Amino acid sequence: MPLGTLDLAFYQNYWWCIVSLLGALLVFMLFVQGGQSLLYSLGKTDAQLAALLRSLGKKWELTFTTLVTFGGAFFASFPLFYSTSFGGAYWVWMLILLSFVVQAVSYEYISRKHNLLGRSAYRGFLFANGLLAPVLLGAAVSTLFHGAEFTVGRGNLAGLMPVVSVWQNSWHGLEAVANLWNVALGLAVFFLSRCLACLHFINNIGDTEIRRKSRNHLLYNTVGFLLCFLPWLVCLLLKTGLTADADGVLAEESFKYFHNFLAAPAAAAFLLLGVVLVLAGILTTLFRPAFRRGIWPAGVGTVLVVLALLLVAGLNETAFYPSLSDAQSSLTIRNSSSSEVTLKAMSVVSLFIPFVLAYICWAWRALGKEDAAPEKSK
Amino acid sequence: MLNALANVTAASADAVAPLAPTLVDWSRAQFALTAMFHWCFVPLTLGLGVIMAVMETLYVKTGDPKWRRTTRFWQKIFGINFAIGVATGIILEFEFGTNWSNYSWLVGDIFGAPLAIEGILAFFMEATFISIMFFGWDKVGKKAHLASTWLTTAGATFSALWILVANAWMQNPVGWRFNPDTMRTEMTDFWAVALSPFAINKFLHTVTSSWMLGAAVVVGIASWYLLKNREKVFALDSVRVAAAVGFAGLLLTLYTGDKSAYQVAGAQPMKFAAMEGLYDGGTGVEITAVGILNAEKKYDDTQKPMLWDVALPKVLSLLATHSLDGHVPGVSDIVRGGYKDKDGVTTLSVSEKMALGKAVRRALGEYTATSKALREAQKRGDTAAVATATAHLEAQRKTLDAHFKYFGYGFFDSPADAIPHVPLTFYSFRVMVIIGVYYFALFPLLCWLVKTGRFAKMRGLQRLCVCSVPLAYICSQAGWIVAEVGRQPWAIQDILPLGAAVSNLDPTNVKVTFFIFLALFSVLLAAELRILSKQIQAGPEPLSGGLDPCDAGLGGH
Repeated sequence: MPLGTLDLAFYQNYWWCIVSLLGALLVFMLFVQGGQSLLYSLGKTDAQLAALLRSLGKKWELTFTTLVTFGGAFFASFPLFYSTSFGGAYWVWMLILLSFVVQAVSYEYISRKHNLLGRSAYRGFLFANGLLAPVLLGAAVSTLFHGAEFTVGRGNLAGLMPVVSVWQNSWHGLEAVANLWNVALGLAVFFLSRCLACLHFINNIGDTEIRRKSRNHLLYNTVGFLLCFLPWLVCLLLKTGLTADADGVLAEESFKYFHNFLAAPAAAAFLLLGVVLVLAGILTTLFRPAFRRGIWPAGVGTVLVVLALLLVAGLNETAFYPSLSDAQSSLTIRNSSSSEVTLKAMSVVSLFIPFVLAYICWAWRALGKEDAAPEKSK
Repeated sequence: MLNALANVTAASADAVAPLAPTLVDWSRAQFALTAMFHWCFVPLTLGLGVIMAVMETLYVKTGDPKWRRTTRFWQKIFGINFAIGVATGIILEFEFGTNWSNYSWLVGDIFGAPLAIEGILAFFMEATFISIMFFGWDKVGKKAHLASTWLTTAGATFSALWILVANAWMQNPVGWRFNPDTMRTEMTDFWAVALSPFAINKFLHTVTSSWMLGAAVVVGIASWYLLKNREKVFALDSVRVAAAVGFAGLLLTLYTGDKSAYQVAGAQPMKFAAMEGLYDGGTGVEITAVGILNAEKKYDDTQKPMLWDVALPKVLSLLATHSLDGHVPGVSDIVRGGYKDKDGVTTLSVSEKMALGKAVRRALGEYTATSKALREAQKRGDTAAVATATAHLEAQRKTLDAHFKYFGYGFFDSPADAIPHVPLTFYSFRVMVIIGVYYFALFPLLCWLVKTGRFAKMRGLQRLCVCSVPLAYICSQAGWIVAEVGRQPWAIQDILPLGAAVSNLDPTNVKVTFFIFLALFSVLLAAELRILSKQIQAGPEPLSGGLDPCDAGLGGH
């Protein structure tokens, strides 16, 4: 179908899907952060630490770039979310930002002599990013379901205080931890990133000691992940959400997200298939010591689960950023998106994504060959 | 859709307290700090990228291992610099939202598209091929590796293109309209935004001036080796390539610089007047080549603007209008209005624009109220009221369309609010030009001296090249100050002043993050300089040495 014949609602849905996919890929790529949080546990000797850093060091930029692209795409397609959440939940985004800034330099500087702060400082930076980024990003994603305290008033532009989006408390995002469910998803993402990191190390590093320890940590972190994620998921399915009517007026709907899964069977299938793949990747690795490819099913599963969750957060006329201060200020993909012209222009660019993915795969294959060989990384 | 938007609009009709003035200042300070720190690293990435790609091309063409060794050394310098450039780049993207949230909403429809395209097309290219460039020397073929080096440089340059498209739009908005239903500017023509002459020229000027900086750094470091009687062949080869790239860059910088002055004079006359310290313009205006500004000078007094100056007759008119007798308005002229602009239209005074801007803001409020009345009438099924409200909306929309170009002036309290910091803009412009001219003389001289074999013995010139490295950075930063400080008080020229672009935060939040960033940047810069200096002292790898791809970093480059 020619792009010109499609309407604004199509492009809004399309870009919600793209942003959801980028978010899902980002959560998968957080295995780099998970690995960083395991540096102290798995990297007991210099050689082990070097192997861990070498393995993560070739991937961190891709996680970083995915984060930047996710942010850019969200800004471009749903600018009202960007201005409301970033300008309001100031401290959450600043902490995420700072943790990524110190991460970016640490990979370059950690092994350099005369790096001013010493090796342990950069290792500490990597650990801090490994801890903070998944927890805070997870908590931020949880607010897409559990809401935040803000109001949106476009009319403000004509008034004395011209700012459109106004946060309604002085904690500026830190209050999100007062909601247990936000904390639960933050921890779930943290444990999941560590599980994925363990699977990645088992797949990518030949050192038998690292692989043995990774299996142990995989078990503990899987338990942690399930304890945090399953209650959060059950809560989500039972949760009341906000639905917009044809005029855009928002009203509460019981079991909103459960209904969304029923309305979008593909999302439900993604969720179920994703959970099965994540568990299959983890359990097969735990019970079959020779099996080293658990990262692939678990990685694909992670992408599918997160994609499904983000899709139901916004599709089916759902408020994807509910306001706890004023329900009618809540953001939907209809009232927060860019214009049709912009979304259409970006849609043409998005057709390049498969090409981008293709050369990323080529680069990974070209660089990944030797790492898998035990003798090279020992 | 309309109703949905109006519901959101109505939600927080109870306006909150006005913004604290210090909030804008601290938000500006934080963004300036971040942008200038980021800009310490980006030009070297752009310039050194081209230089090392040329070097590797020579390696692939000649097969001479000395070029491989030379390329690998400069790639290590590139890697150290690149990491911190990436780290600081993400802060800017976040700060658009965290500190300039109103701006994000108002221009997200236009600004967001280049940013997303930058992410999808440029960042991934850069991030993927840089890994091949650093880790792939022995894993992919020579030509594939060379392609990766060029693609890394292309990715960085492509990234600069899109962010400069966005920046150029802020300087000279094109291809847009204001939509009062959504209360934001919306893109009407993507190609007008992407291919605006302002954007293309800004991109070329910025990127080619970065080649100059990259060349200055390479020449400086190579000269240090010559002074230390080390790595003579490597150093002379490096100077040869860098000086040629730097000179080519400067030729383009000069051409685009002239074009830029012409464009700025047309689209941002206040910025142009500030750059020149020109308060009272006219026809056949002289340019102040060098001078000392009178710091006490105000736009509405009769003091002389210059305490001392050396002026060249008619040159400013030539620069601004490409005619020796062209008219160039000064700061006071622009505030007073009444002169004819380049299209022959008589300009309004700033006070008149302020009155129109305030009227537009009032009209916006009325438009919102009428929209609400229309919806209610539609709900009631009151056809007469619907017809009346629709007619009102149409008339109000026409008023908005006619005068929206003055919208931003509606936020000013005094005409002085429309004037940027003249001394900072004036001196920065001169610093940029003088250093640019210095390098424009130095690079061809170096090309000739290296070719004739004399440079290796010229210790004085080598010392000068080493000492000149900071000048290139000062030149580059000065260019940004001219572009960005000169644009003040606007976030978007004539549409959105900074005071209306900020996030609604308590200034204390921004103060705290400002000092966190200041401390962090200071530490990172110190670490970067220390690592760089040690890397330079260590020099290129031994000719017969191993080529451990990770010798420069465990996980990094």
